[in-house]
Amino acid sequence: MIKKGSWVQIRKIILNPNERASNLPETTKKVPLLLWVKGTLTKDSSIGDTVEIETVTGRIESGELISVNPCFLHTYGNYIPELHEIDRILKETLYGCDKNE
Amino acid sequence: MNNSYNSVMQRKNEIMQKSVGINYQTHEKNYINFDYEALLHEGDFSLEQIKNIQNNNGVGSTPLKECKNITQLARKVSKPGYGARIFIKDESLNDSGSFKARRASISCYQAKKMGFKGVIAATSGNYGAAVASQAAKYGLKCIIVQECYDSKGIGQPEIIEKARACEAYGAEVVQLSVGPELFYKFLLLLEETGYFNASLYTPYGIMGIETLGQEIIEDCLRITGNVPDMVVCTNAGGGNLTGTARGIKKTTNEPVTIVGASVNLKGLHMANDIDFNKKSFTTGHTGFGLPFIINPDRSDVPRSAARPLRYIDRYVTVNQGEVFFITEALAVLEGIERGPAGNTSLAAAFSLAQELKENQIIVVQETEYTSAGKHHQAQLAFARDNGIDIYFGDPQEEVPGKTIVFPSSVDMIKAIDIDLDTIRKKYLQNQFLKTNKLSKQDLLYLIQETNTSEEFVLNEIRKYKINVEDDYE
Repeated sequence: MIKKGSWVQIRKIILNPNERASNLPETTKKVPLLLWVKGTLTKDSSIGDTVEIETVTGRIESGELISVNPCFLHTYGNYIPELHEIDRILKETLYGCDKNE
Repeated sequence: MNNSYNSVMQRKNEIMQKSVGINYQTHEKNYINFDYEALLHEGDFSLEQIKNIQNNNGVGSTPLKECKNITQLARKVSKPGYGARIFIKDESLNDSGSFKARRASISCYQAKKMGFKGVIAATSGNYGAAVASQAAKYGLKCIIVQECYDSKGIGQPEIIEKARACEAYGAEVVQLSVGPELFYKFLLLLEETGYFNASLYTPYGIMGIETLGQEIIEDCLRITGNVPDMVVCTNAGGGNLTGTARGIKKTTNEPVTIVGASVNLKGLHMANDIDFNKKSFTTGHTGFGLPFIINPDRSDVPRSAARPLRYIDRYVTVNQGEVFFITEALAVLEGIERGPAGNTSLAAAFSLAQELKENQIIVVQETEYTSAGKHHQAQLAFARDNGIDIYFGDPQEEVPGKTIVFPSSVDMIKAIDIDLDTIRKKYLQNQFLKTNKLSKQDLLYLIQETNTSEEFVLNEIRKYKINVEDDYE
């Protein structure tokens, strides 16, 4: 049970595929237009419930409850070894064999 | 109230009018032209006033920095005596991390002055964070609407970072999956909240950038004793280039070549759910740059204040691999770590500098901040995870959506020209679809819009059997 007042994220369908704009690529036309927004829960609920939230601007939105205390997990990504090769090309072109001298 | 897609789109003009506070109709003239300068005087701001508003709100007076090592690098592959001095205007140092703060500062100032309780912007880019940051300063509520996820819920890391920044500044962030119907949700939000539409395309946004053009001239004169020979502006919706060029022209009469630069994303469709996460750049690319320069009035407002074709002298493209390469160069050769999208113009400038003499000056008009998600390491990792093949070779072989090609040697970095006359003709073709007659005022307008001549425009008119009043041949 997730308590009222918790910071959560909801997802909802804004437009079903048959309600979408007419001039879209096929891949886009066949999927619904989805919305994600965060806010505080207006009553005790469970993940998967259709809930109402109050956003930081005071709007009420409703949708499927998908996460509590949603956080940001984006990173600098998996290591890209090519960046070292770029460094080598740059330093060799600029400084030749003497490197930084 | 009928909130179906079509009903809401039909109410678009009415909603826009209320949320922008500009009566666009008053500037319209017969038959297809409008008074551009009058539009830009909405709000009645002088450059001095804009400068003051910005300086009081963490915006402007950013340093102009000479990239001595990158200049030397260009000279290693230039003809003898060639290789202009390359400078960057470090716009990442504005509050919120990009030149977009200049636009947001005036939009939010205007919203507050007109008594709006909040502001809304539809943007997946730096403009969102800029509006959120400025809204915070003015005590305005803020909603940022982003196109962030594909239908599987996979978000572009750069856009996720923007969401984080907007939330950090206290804004509400509404995220959508891929599709132009974002505009529909945006209109619904404007109607529901009565907030100000901090559109990228209003005069306020463009006027905010004029100070950037002015500073470039003043900084360059102070540091080198000369105005720049060339200024390179990343181009997407056109506001960046428009504002900068106008600011330059208000500050100096000396000739300065204005170059627009976009990342080449040829072949990728902007509304395609699959293509969405196959690109490494969410703006500053041809996916926006080309449609908007050909038809500026495709934006959310009836008449866009962003009209780059009026000012652009050259339009060049660079590839994703070249921009990532130069981003790494800026870090390891100059000790300046900045986001890749903000280096699109630097990549172009690296090539263009080789066409100019050593004593000439080329200014890259922006940089942007970097962070998790935005960093070139993060963008490349995301690309690789999405099946993009990354390798060294000839950047001209790059196929957007399939490959990212780093140059195997620095002389392979090439800014490729787009033929501006073709763009001008396409622009005119679109205009001629609206009418079968033109007034003398229309003719003058079209000459200004395309930055050409009577001969050029009349030549096109003849192909479309349009009548021009006042007995022009």
